[in-house]
Amino acid sequence: MLEALEGSQAIARAVTLCRPGVVAAYPITPQTHIVENISKLVADGRLNTELVSVESEFSAASVVLGAAVAGSRAYTASSSQGIMLMAEVLYNISGLRVPMVMTCANRAVGAPLNIWNDQQDSMAVRDSGWIQLYAADNQEAVDSTIQAYRISEATELPVMVCMDGFVLTHTLEPVDIPDAAVVDEYLPDYTFSRTLDSANPISLGTLVGPDHFSEIRHSHHQAMIRSQDAIIDADKEWAKRVERSCGGLLTVEGPPDAKVAILAIGSAVGTLREAMDVYPQRRKVKLIKLRCFRPFPHEALREACDGLSDLVVLERAFSPGAGGIIGSEVRASLVARGGRQPKVHSFAIGLGGRDIPLETLPRVMEAIKEPSDEDFAIFDVELDRLPAEDR
Amino acid sequence: MLEIKDAQRLAELRRKHGREAQADPAAPVEERPDVRRRQPRFCGLESGHRACQGCGEALGARLVTETAGPDVMIANATGCLEVFSTPWPESAWRVPWIHSLFENAAAVASGMEAAMKSQGKRTKVIAQGGDGGTFDIGFQALSGMLERYHNVLYVCYDNEAYMNTGIQRSGSTPHAASTTTSPSGSERMGKRHLKKNLLAIIAAHHVPYAASASVAYPVDIRRKVRRAMDVEGPTFLLIHSPCPLGWGHDGAKSIEIARLAVQTGLFPLVEFERGEVVSVMPIREPKPVAEYLKNQNRFRHLFNDSDPRALEEREHLQALADYNIDIYGLRGDGPDVMDTDGVDTVRRGGPVQVM
Repeated sequence: MLEALEGSQAIARAVTLCRPGVVAAYPITPQTHIVENISKLVADGRLNTELVSVESEFSAASVVLGAAVAGSRAYTASSSQGIMLMAEVLYNISGLRVPMVMTCANRAVGAPLNIWNDQQDSMAVRDSGWIQLYAADNQEAVDSTIQAYRISEATELPVMVCMDGFVLTHTLEPVDIPDAAVVDEYLPDYTFSRTLDSANPISLGTLVGPDHFSEIRHSHHQAMIRSQDAIIDADKEWAKRVERSCGGLLTVEGPPDAKVAILAIGSAVGTLREAMDVYPQRRKVKLIKLRCFRPFPHEALREACDGLSDLVVLERAFSPGAGGIIGSEVRASLVARGGRQPKVHSFAIGLGGRDIPLETLPRVMEAIKEPSDEDFAIFDVELDRLPAEDR
Repeated sequence: MLEIKDAQRLAELRRKHGREAQADPAAPVEERPDVRRRQPRFCGLESGHRACQGCGEALGARLVTETAGPDVMIANATGCLEVFSTPWPESAWRVPWIHSLFENAAAVASGMEAAMKSQGKRTKVIAQGGDGGTFDIGFQALSGMLERYHNVLYVCYDNEAYMNTGIQRSGSTPHAASTTTSPSGSERMGKRHLKKNLLAIIAAHHVPYAASASVAYPVDIRRKVRRAMDVEGPTFLLIHSPCPLGWGHDGAKSIEIARLAVQTGLFPLVEFERGEVVSVMPIREPKPVAEYLKNQNRFRHLFNDSDPRALEEREHLQALADYNIDIYGLRGDGPDVMDTDGVDTVRRGGPVQVM
């Protein structure tokens, strides 16, 4: 049944359906509403979990790590500076191959201090060894959260479900919250192969020297690559039950014979989708929705880009001094394939909460007509507001 | 074999306590195996690890895990204890154990405890770390754990510097001690600052039980661990643990030096309940601080007679010890079996004698 829910509220409800034994979180805008909603569900007896209101994000991540290795399904959520503070623990959780799910309510990272949406936070921890799924709307955020537990527990890899702060977390949308029975059947009870148990003592997190380290890292890499199957499978199995899909690793929308495609991630996909209707383009345009950024779906991407002449990558983050993050990875992935490749136009857009309006579509289509040797640009930067030397 | 008159006495006692009497008091009494000796002792930290000889931390951890028993799980901070006990693929632990990071042992333990609560299990969670992971970098997580009232015993093995990275000063390093980041020289007499009074800060969290102990007094450690294990709530043990490498002393002298730290008043053994001092180990005859300092290279610069600062700093340390003796009331009222000289006296039956 569809309900009008704020994104954060919907996430709290989805988490409830997954029956976590332990939830730990520290408030940060724009993740706050998720924690508040979970706290209220606990207070009202609708969510039976050990809620640990910690003193920092660093401890939030550490608490869920402890809980997951001690045999409880665990959940946490954060944003921005909180993700930065967690970073050390995030690497540790994935390195220990501990299953868990966290929501990243995407927000810019300061300085300058900015509480609004972009995706610099989750992009900054892209190498932490977590699976990263990006939600295009609140329904996807709900479905991905439930799927994430299944993926995580099947692969022993932690999953970060990323949803744009405010744009999704604070927006009311009609969302279907599935029945508890459906989720219970889809998501088996939590099991972890290396659970700490005094009847069968094991040691976790030991010191690993140069003679074993590379092999363990290789295993982690392989597990991430293999997890693509689990991600696709989790989505397919979910679709069988609720008759909607999040789109596995990535989805392609629009005319199959289009020579131009726009690749986007997160809520920008929804904006572009609508823009296609509002601003019909003379040149046919496809939309590539990248849902899974880690593991990076090389194969699926190459397939989606087959026959393209131009590929525009729009993302809400970048690497200063280098350029687009997804843009660079897409380029590298296509180059590695060899053969004829589309020209990749890499843009950052909508940083620190700057709106991505519907007119973005025609503007982008206009911009890529002109030949340019720039590898990357911030698409919506207003250069005339900057001193000459910074332009 | 008991003497006949002893056997008669034994039979009398048995009758008195309502136990079955021997048919014939003169008959030889069956010799019973020493139950305590035959009892296999639980060992949480097994031998074969790679700690240095005379390591106080290894000894402390062995005593703690031995007393706590097998139904525990441990969250361990990064440090010597973690490194010497678990070089992959080996482990010296016979209890479930996890090392995550340097500064999050208390938070990981909080999560483990929450999981136990969620699953309705009663396995006790223990967190442990060195002074670096407890006084300094892990302090916030520890404070949070205590405030949230997790049922966790946190044990800090205090060897008064960052030993794992090569003897750098910590918030626990005593005043005037020389470390690699507080070396003595023409402009400095070792660490310029005081040792943080962590136990008082812990006690200020109003926790049910917090105590200091020393590896020189194993019986006292065992008693304090048992007491902490019985509490449903956050408890804290600060165990003074000599580091022969870091303190610069003979590994064979660890216990002797640790005992001197207590006997001088520099490391007082006290117990707090809900923020109040409830018990102290009295010092029978306070030893001069110089006796403790002189056998450690970290204080060697305090014995350079040509340097007037040396005496000044020694007096400063003596004053700190006197202050502890004063505020905790450590001076006993004469010989006591529970004081610094009596408490670990090995007694093999017979009446208790105060030496």
